[in-house]
Amino acid sequence: MMDKYSLLHKIGIYVSIALFLTFMLLPFVEMFTASLRPLTHLFSRPDVPVGETMSFVDFISRFWSDKMSFQAYRDMWVTVPQLGRYIFNSVFLATAVTIFSMIFVIPAAYAYARFSFRGKSISLTLFLAVNMFSGAVLLIPLYKLLRMYGMLNTYWAMIIPGVAFLVPTGIWLLKSFLEKIPYELEEASFVDGASRLYTLRRVILPLAVPGLVVVGVAIFIGAYAQQFLFAITFNQDRDYMPLPAGIFEFIGYQRVLWNEMMAASLIGILPVLVIFLFMQKHLIAGLTSGAVKE
Amino acid sequence: MSDLLQMFRPKTKAQTTTLFAWALIAPAAIYMFLIVVWPLVETFRLSFTNSNLGTLIEGADYIGWANYEKALGGRKFPAIVNRTFYWMFLSVGLKIILGLIGATLLASNIRARGVIRALVMPPWIIPIAIGCFGWLWLYNGHFGLLSNFAEMIGLTDGPFSFLGYKQSAFYSAVVTDVWIGTPMVTLFFLAAMQGVPRDLYEAAYVDGASRWYRFRRITMPQIMPTVVTMALLSAIWTFNSFEIIWILTEGGPRGATTTLIIDTFKTAIFSYKFGAGATRAVLVVLILGVFSLIYLAVLGRVSKKFGYSGVAK
Repeated sequence: MMDKYSLLHKIGIYVSIALFLTFMLLPFVEMFTASLRPLTHLFSRPDVPVGETMSFVDFISRFWSDKMSFQAYRDMWVTVPQLGRYIFNSVFLATAVTIFSMIFVIPAAYAYARFSFRGKSISLTLFLAVNMFSGAVLLIPLYKLLRMYGMLNTYWAMIIPGVAFLVPTGIWLLKSFLEKIPYELEEASFVDGASRLYTLRRVILPLAVPGLVVVGVAIFIGAYAQQFLFAITFNQDRDYMPLPAGIFEFIGYQRVLWNEMMAASLIGILPVLVIFLFMQKHLIAGLTSGAVKE
Repeated sequence: MSDLLQMFRPKTKAQTTTLFAWALIAPAAIYMFLIVVWPLVETFRLSFTNSNLGTLIEGADYIGWANYEKALGGRKFPAIVNRTFYWMFLSVGLKIILGLIGATLLASNIRARGVIRALVMPPWIIPIAIGCFGWLWLYNGHFGLLSNFAEMIGLTDGPFSFLGYKQSAFYSAVVTDVWIGTPMVTLFFLAAMQGVPRDLYEAAYVDGASRWYRFRRITMPQIMPTVVTMALLSAIWTFNSFEIIWILTEGGPRGATTTLIIDTFKTAIFSYKFGAGATRAVLVVLILGVFSLIYLAVLGRVSKKFGYSGVAK
């Protein structure tokens, strides 16, 4: 009864949802149509006589053409020979950042989930406080640090700072997953004479696999998304550039090939979109578990 | 059995537990110390020097508060601070309002809820930079969709370059920032709304409370801690937002979209004035520090009033 809507209500809800989705998806739709249109059509304007307003048909003809094709998706590899390399770099960097982050996250999250010890809440707060800073605040010393160790213009220049900004969130997320594993299991393992490390490896980790996967995927998406600031500051070498930094260079060209740029962008977001599609339910449940009253 | 278990949790073990826990945390803690804490201290130190590209080799000199005097006394600086706060409040306010509307819509009893929820997420999960490339094209004055749409409905009489004028560039950047930030806010509000006990609504419904009344008197108070938490987290991120502005306008035209973070980046990285850049970075950290203290105080009061903390620690 309570959840029944009148017709007017229903229309209102669906119209609002349509507007909301339009805002969220418009850039993607426009990126896609732009990627399909030939450059000549992209850079054309309808002839609207002075003093007259553009008609709806004119407007549509601006964004729809008979000559639409997937040509840009073929040409872009020629225009930007390193494009494949950029995409590889993006995926490689995100994977490396995820692996390194997890190495730090797993033991720390386990400690926070399982033990009460001196300095627990203060250290956890300090970890979370890192989320307050943007990388931009630390750029200068990081630049010097990376320079000192000869890591500028290498993959490390993007991996090392990238990991630092994902570890705190990772610890916090994984901690809430591990807290759900019953303590009795560990006690039983101890009773049987297992050491703590053995218990962590053989009892907790297998049970924590779903949580680990969700946290790993969340970190991967985060790592994939953050490849810009560090990439444009610490790396000038095209061989190591991730896709966003590579595409950003397009903009500097004399004539921006928007259709190819949009095509490359869409290809670039495909990996995370696919992962998200498969993992959506678990990801959303895992990320928002803290927002729900327990 | 329980006697046996007691053996493994005696009080004397407290110290070994602490030691073991810290051993597990140590790698992460040391890493954060090297990559975040030390650079932060170093930034602080640099802010009192005249460090720049030239002094990288022979070393910089300490120049006291000169960088601070120069930054705070500069004509542009107050405008930049004001702009940063305006940027933050406007953008966060819009994200919260849109997030509440979006979450309410998604929480309503409609078909294909799961699909719609998934469709809202892309702006959040894709790389920010790539989303901004899309907006860059949308805002294009001659060929972009928005300019042509404005022309068609008679809002403008010709091409309008959204990023070409001071005011429109600023508000365009806000719209893009809202676009990127809204999905996450929506998602968390939705989760909080779905966590509100159903019997509260049923009781109110039986008593004849209207939908709006139920939203105001049940939903809002129940999700308030989440709203406060998200507002402040979102405020911190918006304050720090770099990519959106840098890709859309690089802080222009004529400084109209230069926030503190952009100013820091420009000074430090583009002009190689490391000392002066560090000073701005320190000011950013100080402002955010004060902000976070206010956050903790507000969250404490909200938790007291509503009985739990918004996002569980």
